[in-house]
Amino acid sequence: MAAERTAVIGVGQTKYAAARRDVSIAGLLREAAYRALEMAERTWSDVDAVIIGKAPDFFEGVMMPEVYLAEALGAVGKPIMRVHTAGSVGGSTACVAASMVQSRVHRCVLTIGWEKQSESNAMWALSLPQPFATSVNAGAGGYFSPIIRRYMMMTGAPELIGCMVAHKDRRQALLNPYAHLHQHDLTFEQVVDSPMLWDPIRYSETCPSSDGACAMVLVDEASGDAHDGPVAWVHGTAMRSESNSYGGRNMVSPAASEQCADDVFAQAGIVDRRAEIDAVEMYVPFSWYEPMWLESLGFASVGEGWRMVESGATALDGGDLPVNCSGGVLSSNPIGASGMIRFAEAALQVMGAAGEHQVDGARRALGHAYGGGAQYYAMWIVGSGKP
Amino acid sequence: MIDVAVVSFAQRQEASIPGESEVEFMVPLMEQAKAAVDLTQADMGFTCSGSSDFLAGQAFSFVMTIDGTGPVPPISESHVEQDGAWALYEAWVKIQCGGIDTAFVYGYGKSSPGSLRDVLATQMDPYYVCPLWPDSYAVEALAARLMLEGGHVSERRLAEIAARSRVSAASNPHAVRSEPKTVDEILAEDHVLDPLRPSDLPAEADGGCAIVLAAGDRARELCERPAWIRGMDHRGDAHTLGVRDLTSSMSARLAAQHAGVADDKVDLAELYGPFTTSEHLLIDALGLDEDATAINPSGGALAAHTMMASGLIRIGEAASRIWSGDGDRAVAHATSGPCLQQNLVCVLEGD
Amino acid sequence: MADDPLAPPAALAGDVTVPPAVAGAEPVQSVCTPIRLSYTYTPGRALSRYLQAMAGKRILGERCGVTGQVFVPPRGVSPLAGTTTAGVVELADTGYVDSFNITRVPIERRPDLKPPYCSAWIVLDGASVGFMGLVINIPPEEVRIGMRVRAVWKPDDELETSAANIGGWEPTGEPDEVIDDYERLGRVGGQQP
Repeated sequence: MAAERTAVIGVGQTKYAAARRDVSIAGLLREAAYRALEMAERTWSDVDAVIIGKAPDFFEGVMMPEVYLAEALGAVGKPIMRVHTAGSVGGSTACVAASMVQSRVHRCVLTIGWEKQSESNAMWALSLPQPFATSVNAGAGGYFSPIIRRYMMMTGAPELIGCMVAHKDRRQALLNPYAHLHQHDLTFEQVVDSPMLWDPIRYSETCPSSDGACAMVLVDEASGDAHDGPVAWVHGTAMRSESNSYGGRNMVSPAASEQCADDVFAQAGIVDRRAEIDAVEMYVPFSWYEPMWLESLGFASVGEGWRMVESGATALDGGDLPVNCSGGVLSSNPIGASGMIRFAEAALQVMGAAGEHQVDGARRALGHAYGGGAQYYAMWIVGSGKP
Repeated sequence: MIDVAVVSFAQRQEASIPGESEVEFMVPLMEQAKAAVDLTQADMGFTCSGSSDFLAGQAFSFVMTIDGTGPVPPISESHVEQDGAWALYEAWVKIQCGGIDTAFVYGYGKSSPGSLRDVLATQMDPYYVCPLWPDSYAVEALAARLMLEGGHVSERRLAEIAARSRVSAASNPHAVRSEPKTVDEILAEDHVLDPLRPSDLPAEADGGCAIVLAAGDRARELCERPAWIRGMDHRGDAHTLGVRDLTSSMSARLAAQHAGVADDKVDLAELYGPFTTSEHLLIDALGLDEDATAINPSGGALAAHTMMASGLIRIGEAASRIWSGDGDRAVAHATSGPCLQQNLVCVLEGD
Repeated sequence: MADDPLAPPAALAGDVTVPPAVAGAEPVQSVCTPIRLSYTYTPGRALSRYLQAMAGKRILGERCGVTGQVFVPPRGVSPLAGTTTAGVVELADTGYVDSFNITRVPIERRPDLKPPYCSAWIVLDGASVGFMGLVINIPPEEVRIGMRVRAVWKPDDELETSAANIGGWEPTGEPDEVIDDYERLGRVGGQQP
């Protein structure tokens, strides 16, 4: 028996900000959930199960927060689950939520990803004193910058490609009212002149640290058919994980990334990836990951990803494969939600509901997330028509 | 629904495993569970695990453990920050989507590096309750007093549950508390958290377990008598202790109904009751008849409580008794959160 | 659904009566609730051996019994095979820079590190994987992918069972490792699985 066709009928996001001091953790999730339910024309009582995801519990100092959130998420008497797959978690959570419908276990699922980093100290949470290892890196930038250096050397990419990505995403974020960073006057020169933090990564090429939540309502085929509002159909979901340390590991384009992409494109029946996908929301916490993922995901051949960026192919304005029209992770990064935002923004594109950052006539879109030492991947493809 | 069975199970539980990291003690269990059905990681359609960063005292702690599966080439995989029983649930759902017929599931935890009672306090409402640092065992003592003073249970009944666990645990090599005690000896124990006595509390353990699931004909190939999952459901209660009835378990009752516990006789039940009080409530909520159903033949979590794995171990313990023919129909249960807040019920049957 | 679903319930929206003692006080916007948990970590078998050897200025890796790959620092498991590692391998304290990062921001836990400084993946001779270390005794901008380095150990009387015994990695002056082909640039370390 084939899997149940699954539809996204509601997307809700909070305003992303450095610190959402106006709401509690529960209030933050409810803000996103309410908006998703409202778009879906559903109420709490219509929800069969709640699937939530976030990055480490230490970020808020609450252990297994689905326990505390039961009432706030209308989950009393219902199943509630909590996914955690490092930075990819928002995407993985959406994949798990979709599986609840695809399996016919549930007909209507509410899924939420979030992070409220202001409640704790994320830098602290990420670097709890480890008695066995010496700490030589300040944050994730120190880990990913050597990989970016390898990519640059491998492909001969010009030094300012990363700045082009950062400038593009920050410009596109101006079209997204929920984005954390709205830098109206940011010029390309300012990006280039911003301080080098983890050479070759500049300050303006890094993601912010945000509070925020993103929610979606997923339903079965009959409910999707009956829904009056916009619908995004799930054409494929995939998750892949690998070890972050073995000899000969391709760190620039990890095998798990390539195989996850192969799986999700195959499920969606897509052959010419660049031609058949209309919008991409990919997880780009450091600007250089856009050209790197373009290659890893098969939108460009090896060494050609940066040329796509340089040519403007990934810009909302005039590009044939617009990437991160929402402004991406570079403009909003509530870690546990960041993956789900990618998935939700992909859905909004094919629903035709992305507002000012809508790609005209988008029919199929890719949502992408990764995490850990670039070792956890989650992807989905959504379409305006049924799979 | 697609028929899915538990076909392999390996566990380890000890009072503490100080000399080995989580991945070091999990690797042999993972290998053992796969080897028992002659499968390798490459044969697994999906992999899912359950563990907790707060227990490990380290963010992204599960990233260190995934290496134990041998995830090269990459694997289709996910992780829940819940007991491994919920990882098994996710894997079962994944198989229901079609396209795969095997899954690998594991759960693990070490409580010994920290103080479990304090660590679990951070599960409570972060604004109103956690700042008071409630001892999580004392929270259960509140429920116990309500049960005792409301006439829902007697101290003797709780002692009988504790004594039964010890008798059953004597034949379980993985139990960490198995020395026999009579009911009167238990009643003579001093209260540690009045009204709870030492024997009412879980026996904390380090450890983990690994399970292989297989669907349909694949399960029959791999296992002489697969333990078929006939129903599985999980439900939650409210978190706020003051708004729910701590003398019963609405969510366990609901999960049992949806899993179909009452559809037929139950030969044995493996219940994740960390306390004697929780076991008492669960027997009632699941509608079990103690004269007809063997309760916790492994000794249960009173005999060995491995945080993040005890629920998955209950499923493995129940399944292994189906394989051996000790029972034809079994119920396995997992819980999470204070005072049985969340409950998962799984009904297993032999052919 | 309510008109404004995010508005507080009507019962809470009205005037709140507060005791005279706190009348006029600022509303509570946030509370600080420090969490302190104490853990006694144990490093496990492989890392214990590694740290003990460190005290004697020796670097121990561990070998995968199936593929022969050598992991350092060892975790006691081969991710390639999903097995316990098969044996211990003593490695030289020399290797090369696989790639590097020049950090230009201060790092909270290492006030001793003055930016800019260079952290790098060091691949030891005989090892299959790289690990992070500091490159020292050379200006960061002169560090190169492929540059040969050796460990700079702390003075003997300061040695502990700690990875911090290696204060950093300095250039040996030998010719660079040649890492110029696509295949090898994408990949880290020596052997492919």
